[in-house]
Amino acid sequence: MFFALSIIFVVLLIIYEMFIDSAPSREKFGFGFIFSSDWEPVKEEFGALTFIYGTVVSSLIALAIALPISIGVAVFLSEIAGKTVGTSIGFLIEILAAIPSIIYGFWGIFVLAPYMRESFQPFLQNYLGFIPLFQGTPFGFGMMTAGIILAIMITPIISSITRDVLKAIPVSQREAAYALGSTKWEAIKMALLNAKSGILGATVLGLGRAVGETMAVTMVIGNRAQIKTSLFEPAYSMASVIANEFAEASGQMHISSLIEVGLILFGVTFIINSLARFLIFSVTKKADMK
Amino acid sequence: MLSLCILAATLAVVPLIYIFFYTTGAGLTSLNFDFFTALPKPFGEEGGGMVNAIVGTIILIGLGGLFGIPIGILTGIYVSEYSGSLMSNVVKFITDVLSGIPSIVIGIFAYGLIVLPMQRFSALAGGFALGILMIPTVTRITEEMLKLVPHTLREASLALGISRWKTTLRITLRTASSGIITGILLAIARAAGETAPLLFTSFGNSFWSTSLDQPMASIPVQIFNYAISPYDEWHRKAWAGAFVLISIVFIVNLIVRVVTRNKYSGSV
Repeated sequence: MFFALSIIFVVLLIIYEMFIDSAPSREKFGFGFIFSSDWEPVKEEFGALTFIYGTVVSSLIALAIALPISIGVAVFLSEIAGKTVGTSIGFLIEILAAIPSIIYGFWGIFVLAPYMRESFQPFLQNYLGFIPLFQGTPFGFGMMTAGIILAIMITPIISSITRDVLKAIPVSQREAAYALGSTKWEAIKMALLNAKSGILGATVLGLGRAVGETMAVTMVIGNRAQIKTSLFEPAYSMASVIANEFAEASGQMHISSLIEVGLILFGVTFIINSLARFLIFSVTKKADMK
Repeated sequence: MLSLCILAATLAVVPLIYIFFYTTGAGLTSLNFDFFTALPKPFGEEGGGMVNAIVGTIILIGLGGLFGIPIGILTGIYVSEYSGSLMSNVVKFITDVLSGIPSIVIGIFAYGLIVLPMQRFSALAGGFALGILMIPTVTRITEEMLKLVPHTLREASLALGISRWKTTLRITLRTASSGIITGILLAIARAAGETAPLLFTSFGNSFWSTSLDQPMASIPVQIFNYAISPYDEWHRKAWAGAFVLISIVFIVNLIVRVVTRNKYSGSV
């Protein structure tokens, strides 16, 4: 009982402490902190807009790539693959999901970023260069590379939860669909429709992971505080600015601003995760009751 | 449609396997005996290893486990054995919240709580951050494992007049012990690879140090520092470190898989 309460205490303490420690910056910049894109430690001018932008865009790129792939994987694992293939691939994906993010980042620096710079981004530029997103110098390190590495990292999470949600849909429903003469794909489509709030929950949970991911993003996003249309350009995210500048922060206002960035990050992930839990819970709970 | 699904599965698995084998390949060629026994050398000198970082990681995890594991287990017991009450639902929700907090935010927390008052980076702060990160993993597995223990066992013990606490401690917990140990292993494997919360708590140290109130090296932070450096020699060391980390993760997950499959294949 006492220890169970201590966990609540810890979470409250985290919120309290970040709130107190960010006071100088909150008092000085107010809500303008979120809407200002100045970040100049020397002049003590701080605003988080560029980092919020970087986090949001890189996470959205990741979701756009990871979601269709994950649904495909989940359908494959739960509906198509036999038991042996399904469990062994599922196991493989789960193990690989446990690889520390620093290793993804390291791989990103030496394999993914050079590949993006030399092959993938010039290719995009040749064929889709008329879209402003794909213009400019292919740096390799930038928003797009960060989005792709995040996509690789969150695919296992989204697909394994989606698989579980699909498995929670009763077999009888599928049998009913077959009995009415539907094909396998129509039955799967129906299962997907029934599982949609659970899939949404899995997606939101993946989003939460992408938003909070630090090391891998820090190592490939290029770490330049700017807002550019081109996805080739370097950018910066909330988590990576904390990782890069915190240990070397040059004054109380700088530290306090970084802590406020952390507080925003905490708030965002808190809302995202609560939403995800609620959505997943609503599906699995229904399945439990049946 | 079928081919689309197979394509998706391939797209998901290939990069992961690629990362795995690339790290293994680059790590194995860079790994040598010195890596485990020698201290880091400044740039320009050949050789050297990461023994301080390896010992540092062990100490940091030990510190974290010292309070993270008991709190995790006790919270898991509470959520499972007293389930249904409003309080246990709140605790369960809070555990989920805790597991969703980005690890870098935990780092800020440890910084404010320990580094600021002490006025310097310390192993203590790093261990504290890792401990907090271990709690949700241990709690969740403990809860799941305790729920697998048949109710008849608890009832039999209570019918013999044994108090509820003793039943939980001596009967339920003991029955689920191997499952809980795997949970602890998973938490340790996760903590071993955490980098972000250590960057500004235990910081890093290129010398031998075991004192808890001083900055301490750890494998992931060392990998990070080497990886962003421009020197090939340091990159090779970082790959070796990455390989060691991946091996830990892989072996632990394999053990967990085997143990849980044998024991609970019927009920899971």
